[in-house]
Formats: sequence, C-alpha cells, structure tokens
Amino acid sequence: MGVAVEVSGLTKSFGSQNIWSDVTLTLPPGEISVLLGPSGTGKSVFLKSLVGLLKPEKGSIVISDTDIVRTSEHQLYEIRKLFGVLFQDGALFGSMTLYDNIAFPLREHTKKSESEIRSIVLEKMDMVGLQGAEGKLPGEISGGMRKRAGLARALVLDPEIILFDEPDSGLDPVRVAYLNQLIVDLNAQIDATFLIVTHDIGTARTVPDNLGLLFRRNLVMFGPREQLLTSQEPVVRQFLNGRREGPIGMSEEKDVAQVEAEMAALEARGGDSHNGVGPKGASGGDAVPPQLTPSEGLPERKAERRRQERVARMLHEFDPETQAAIRQSLPEDLLAKAESGAFEPTRAGGRHWAAEPDAHGTEGQTAGSTATAVLPRRGGEE
Amino acid sequence: MTATDKPKAPGLLDGKLSPTRPLRASGNLFAFALDVLRALPKRPFQLREFLQQAWFVASVTIIPTALVAIPFGAVIALQLGSLTRQLGAQSFSGAASVLAVVREASPIVTALLIAGAGGSAICADLGSRKIRDEIDAMEVLGISPIQRLVVPRVLAAMLVSTLLNGLVSVVGVAGGYFFNVVLQGGTPGAYLASFSALAQIEDFWASEFKALVFGLIAGIVASYKGLNAGGGPKGVGDAVNQSVVITFLLLFAVNLVITAIYFQLVPPKGQ
Repeated sequence: MGVAVEVSGLTKSFGSQNIWSDVTLTLPPGEISVLLGPSGTGKSVFLKSLVGLLKPEKGSIVISDTDIVRTSEHQLYEIRKLFGVLFQDGALFGSMTLYDNIAFPLREHTKKSESEIRSIVLEKMDMVGLQGAEGKLPGEISGGMRKRAGLARALVLDPEIILFDEPDSGLDPVRVAYLNQLIVDLNAQIDATFLIVTHDIGTARTVPDNLGLLFRRNLVMFGPREQLLTSQEPVVRQFLNGRREGPIGMSEEKDVAQVEAEMAALEARGGDSHNGVGPKGASGGDAVPPQLTPSEGLPERKAERRRQERVARMLHEFDPETQAAIRQSLPEDLLAKAESGAFEPTRAGGRHWAAEPDAHGTEGQTAGSTATAVLPRRGGEE
Repeated sequence: MTATDKPKAPGLLDGKLSPTRPLRASGNLFAFALDVLRALPKRPFQLREFLQQAWFVASVTIIPTALVAIPFGAVIALQLGSLTRQLGAQSFSGAASVLAVVREASPIVTALLIAGAGGSAICADLGSRKIRDEIDAMEVLGISPIQRLVVPRVLAAMLVSTLLNGLVSVVGVAGGYFFNVVLQGGTPGAYLASFSALAQIEDFWASEFKALVFGLIAGIVASYKGLNAGGGPKGVGDAVNQSVVITFLLLFAVNLVITAIYFQLVPPKGQ
C-alpha cells in the first residue's frame, strides 16, 4: 500500500511574491488524486515542494513520519527514493539512450547485476508500451514516448508515491486516454499513492479518487471527486465547465460586478448544462461521470474499497448533491452502514477541505487528519 | 481569504537593488564551493564521468591554447628583445622571457582558456540540463547532482588546467626562442644559457599551483552558474556569459594574491 502524504499549512513565496499559502490536504494512501488550477497558480511549485526541491517557508509535509520541509539533506535523499516523478517533458537525460535512462536509478542505487537490471528495465518498458525503443535517444522520439519513458524511469525503483506533472500536455486526446488508462492500471498493479497535476478536465473527471483546485494563492477545495464535481462553488464550477463566465480572469481576478453580470447572462442562457462543451474535456453541467476502471485481466484497485469506506464514513458532512452522488458510488453494505449511522462520524479536520480559518483554531488541531489518511479497517468487519 | 493572503504589491526595488544582494550572491557561490569540497571524498567516485569530462575539457581547450600561446610567447619575446637591447642586456633576454612566460603568461593564458572554452562549455551543458528538468529529475531519483556531475567536472577542469599550463609554458618558451633567435638576431647560446640565470624550479611549481587553483575556480563558477540557470534558453546564455565574466574577475584577483604571497615565500634568485 502506498504512503499517505499529509500537507498542512504550507506556504511558499518567491521573494515578495506569494505563490500559495496555508495549503492543507492529505493524499490518502494508494488513491489517485488530481490537483487542478489555472495556469500560474503554482501547481508545479507544489509538486516540487512535495519532493523537497523547493523549501516552503511555513507548514509541513509529512511522509512516513518525516517532515520533508525540515529534514536534513541526507534524510531527504533517502525519502526521495519513495518517490517517482514524471516531469512535464519526461526530463530524460539527453545524452543517454532510453534503456540507460531507465536503468540509471537501478545502477545508481542498487547492486543488481546487469542481467537483473535488464529484466527489470524491459519489464517496465513493456508496461508503458515502449518495447523495441531501448536504443533510441530522447531527442529522436516523440513527446508521448518521452513521457512514457519518463514514467518507466519513475517506476523502476518501485515507488510508493508517484507524482505526474501535466501528463497530458502536448499529447493528442487519444494518447491522453491511453495514458489515463495506463495510470489507472498502474495504480491497480502497484497500489501506490498518485498525484496528478493537470489542466485537463476530462482527466480530472474520470481518473481520480480525489480532486483539488488551487486558485488565488489558496487551495479552494480538496476532497472526494464527487464533492468537486457536484460543487456549486463558483470557481470550481467555472473551472470544471471551462467557461469564461466566473471569477477566474484571463490574467488576474475580475471585479465582483463584472462576475455577477456574466453569471446573470449565463443563467439567462440556461446555465452550464446549456452552455455546451468547453475546451480540454470540459463538459456542461455537474454530472459525475463513471470513474475509469483497470483494464480487463488486472486485479481490482485495492484503493477502491478503502476509499469507499473512507467516503462512507464522512458522507454526512457533504452537501445533498454530493451525498447523492456518493451514495450512487457506494456498494450496498457500506451504504447500509452509512445510512444506519454505524460509522463513527469523522472528526473535524478529516474532511479534505482547505483549512477553514474558524474551524482551524477550535477542533481542527486534534490530530483529525489521521482519520482520513489511515482509515481503520474495523468498520468493515462488524 | 484573510487580509494577510492579499498579494503584496511589488515594491519599487523589490530587493533588486538591496545592498545585501551581492553579498548574498557571493555567499551562495561560496556555500556551493563548500558543498563541492564536502562531496569530493564521497564514494562512489564517478571515474567514468571524470574521464569523459577531462577528455571533453581538454578537447575544447588544447588547440585554442596552443594557438594563443605561440603569439603570446612571441609578443613577450619581442617586447623583451627590444627592451634588453635598449638596456644593453641582450644576453638576458632568454632569462627574462622564460620568467615572464612561466611565471605569469602561462597561468593567465591557461586561465583564460579554461574559463572561456572549458568553463563556458561546462556551464552551457549543466544549464541546458537544468532547464530541461534533468537536474531536478536526478535529485528526485535520490542522486546528488553535485556529487554525480559537479565534482567530476571540477576535478577535470583542475587536471586539464595543470596540463595545459605545462603546454603553454613549452609552446610559449619555444615561440619566444623562435622570435628572439630567428627574427631578432639573438644568439641561441645566450638565450639558452641564461635560462637558469633568473628562473628557478619554484617558478614552475608556483605556476602549476596557480593553474590548479584557476581550474578549481573556473569549474566551480561554471557549475554554479549552470545549475542555477533559469528562464529558458536565454537563461542558459546569460548564465554562460556571467560565468565567464565572474571567472575572469576572480582569476585575476586570485592571481594577484598568489603572486604576492609567492614573492614573500620564495625570494627571487640573486638576493
């Protein structure tokens, strides 16, 4: 099972420019999470902070009991072995062939013999569909292949956490669909914790278990996919529907009067569901499409049942629309348990929201984050 | 959103003209140099990378160095030839020429080429890796770029620098001999005989030591600037430019200091 990543109160600035502040979220172990956000809201900065490439000024990122914001350089290099990161362009070493690129972490970190390395590398290349491209240089292959090769390299050390920086950028929709399926399949096979940073709404609607949105230097919302997909929060709705009407402007924020006028005009046209289809997989309305499932022949995602239990436990906290969407996704037994109140209510702070200022000081501090991160299994047996 | 989250308006200077900025920059460079020194003894030593880099730095510097060394030696020979004739000390022109070439000209020429050809190539290489996220990827894979990339490059620059210094000395002295004897009508015997009149073996060691230090500085500055390149291809270009300029400034300053100390430690012959 993957490792939970607990981020709390994280703040990052470059000089006097604040990137985001007080970001609090927990990536539940083994689940797939997607972080959305308009361009320039520091999503990549967030990813780099998670692996310790950038040092936030405030807050903590706890991964298997180590706070990587404050740990030593040596410890950081150890923790990083838990990570696999897929950079935007694959970040392959330009002077090495694909084979050498993918073998690189094994050669540096393990004492495996060259034949063992060969079998691992070929297995991972097979996994991402790159058979026969071992001898090619990164400059000779297409962007999609570079990304898949980068993914293979991120996978060779059997990471517990895999981070994807815009896996869809520069790919055509068909390749994105294949890559998304690959991500879900991988999750089913290795049960690691996944975080995907993207702009692609299609990906955000169908791939993840959890969704988050960064905007205006804040984490607007982070929670189960149903929560964001059914949310009435103007920013979330605007982003998921890919429309101009709403608080997100071309360069910066808009003024309130303009937003109100735009929203009124949108309502007059019949609202989101009559607004047609937006770019990047954005579709009208707030439907919750079915989640991608692993390809046939692969095991079920172990995270699925864990997530269902976790969500059932906090069912009562959501808006009615979200609750309805979640109810549809739950299996009979969990649903019955949730309805009958057999689940203990989740403690405050367990909800994947951005920290609310008022809740924060009162009860949010009571180590509630563990309630969502590592859900005790006992609820299922009784 | 609370009041503290409001974006701060960028200040007029925004730290760009702060008096501490150059201090911070030089502090960062120095800290980087210490990191490199600390990573020097760490295992496993990257022998392959070291050999590759040594070969690479040598291949981009040998020809230009030789081509610069010949006219450099010639200019010194010409200047000294006419000066010694004016002073009536023609028999010492060989001695003075050797002294000038070995003590000063050779490490300076080496420094210019190590910084200009070797350093800029190292900086451009690391800078382009940086902007392609390769350096980040390497760190994320749990491998220190300082140990894996910078240490072999700095050592390679130091090695090649000392070797080049020897090359420049030989080529410079040979060039000086040619110009003095063939073009200015000096006598070969006097030129060669006066070699050891003023020069001593310490001059050569000091010169090699200078070259070693220059190689170290050039390697560290080039790596530092390369690893801190940002802002796309233009950032790499800027980094290369800055690395060459900074290295030149540092090398000439360090050269002055080493020369001053040298004359305190090793008294010139005949005193």
